[in-house]
Parts: sequence; C-alpha cells; structure tokens
Amino acid sequence: MEEIMNAVAQQEKQMGNVSRINFVSPEVDIYENKDGYILEAEMPGVNKEGLEVTLEGNEITIIGHRQPEALKAETMYRESRMADYRRVFEIDPAIDSKKISAKMEQGVLTLVLPKTEQVKPRKISVAD
Amino acid sequence: MTITRWQRPILSTIDPFEQLLNFREEMNRLFESPMEGSSQAFNTWAPAIDLFEDKDNFFVRAELPGMKKEDIDVSLHEGTLLVSGERKLHEAEGARAHRSERFSGQFQRSVALPTAVASDKVTASYRDGILTITLPKAEEAKPKQIEVSVK
Repeated sequence: MEEIMNAVAQQEKQMGNVSRINFVSPEVDIYENKDGYILEAEMPGVNKEGLEVTLEGNEITIIGHRQPEALKAETMYRESRMADYRRVFEIDPAIDSKKISAKMEQGVLTLVLPKTEQVKPRKISVAD
Repeated sequence: MTITRWQRPILSTIDPFEQLLNFREEMNRLFESPMEGSSQAFNTWAPAIDLFEDKDNFFVRAELPGMKKEDIDVSLHEGTLLVSGERKLHEAEGARAHRSERFSGQFQRSVALPTAVASDKVTASYRDGILTITLPKAEEAKPKQIEVSVK
C-alpha cells in the first residue's frame, strides 16, 4: 500500500535524467481511504490546457505547463519560478488505472485514484 | 559559501574519558532535530510575490493555489500593499495521510510600492491560483513629457 509513496527514490532517478533546472517539483498532499487515493498537487499558473498526466506501467507522471506570460510589463522583482512542474509517482498496483480522474482548480490538481473492487475492504455479514 | 552548523572545537586533549564525553555530546547533537526551536520558520507560508511595472501601472502577483476568493485579503496602507489570508485544507475523513507538503493556515506578504498609486482604482483578479493586483500609478507619479522649445 505504500507504493504510491515510494516515489521519492523513483523521482530522484527520474529527475536525474531530465534537467533539474527545467522543472519544479509541485508540493503534494496524498491521502488514502478505503476507496483509493487522492493526490493534490500545487501548480499555480497552470490550467486544464497546460496539464499532462500520463500513466506508463506503474508510474504516473504529472506535468504542468504554465500559462505564457500575459503581462506586458517590466519585471521589477520576481520570486515565482518560470519553470514548468513535473513529478513522478509509482502507483500502488491496487489502483484501477482505468478509473483515474483528474481535476484542475485554481492551480491545484486533484487526482482521484480508485482501488480496484477486489482490494476494497468488504463487510461480510455473519449468518446467524 | 555554505553556512555550516557551529561546532564546539574539540580541545586538544588525549584524555580518553573526555573524548568519550565529546563523542556522546556529538551523538546527542546528531539526534537533535534541526527544526526544533525554529519550527516557526518552517510553519509559515510565504507565497511567492512578483512585482511588475509598465508606464501606467504596477502589477503585483502572488502564487496562491487552491484558495477561495473570499479568503484572500488585499489592503493598501501608506504605499504598502498587504496581501494576507488563510488557506483551509479540508481534513479528509477517515483517510490516512501519506504526504502533507501543502501548507495550511495563515500567510501575509507586503510590498512597498515604489511610487504613489491611485488607491481608489486598484483592482484584483484571481485565476489559476494566481492573484494579480493592478495598481494604477497616481497622476503625479507618472513620467511626464515636457516640451522644450528650442530657439
């Protein structure tokens, strides 16, 4: 069940191949309940069009392209990064990959990763 | 240059007992949480702020993903713009948290504006988790072109 979390090592490996400078790693919250996992990633400046979620084998890759700079003004001071977002997670085999859904709202990506019916805890009633 | 933690200089002693004490101290230090005492610094959220300028306006942009519009406060006081608010992350019921990297709670950032602005004409918009505040420059602060007649 920890597999979705085993991402750190995986991520490091992935990031090693791709230039680190070109991407920022979004901050995430991951929850697990009986139905599956919920992943929330912070990607301010990214909307639905700029989002790429790909599933390959047991890895899910999240890429967020920022909207092109809309302001035609001179930068006086800047803290925000212009790089796109990228993060890779290894997913729990219990996740039903066909049922993964994504939502983008005010710069936060919400991924819902349901578990397959077989692994969900079932309540078995005891016959008298 | 990197900033390293201050190390107690090991005294030039060959007393093995003292060496042992030093070692114990070193070990204790090792297990001290570096966050301890300074946890406050790690518990605050300082959203990234940008400042832009064109001929007529200043633009302040803040990265505030996943907020509700009504939880963001923008105020202007004596040439300082203050952006503050609180982000409430829902506590998922009956769920186990595997990662909690997102910040929940209050934040505050201020920007000292370089020149006077028309405070009654300030507007703000919130899109894709980014707050953009447009501050038109006050008339007296705008660059003026003066025509000089050359004789």
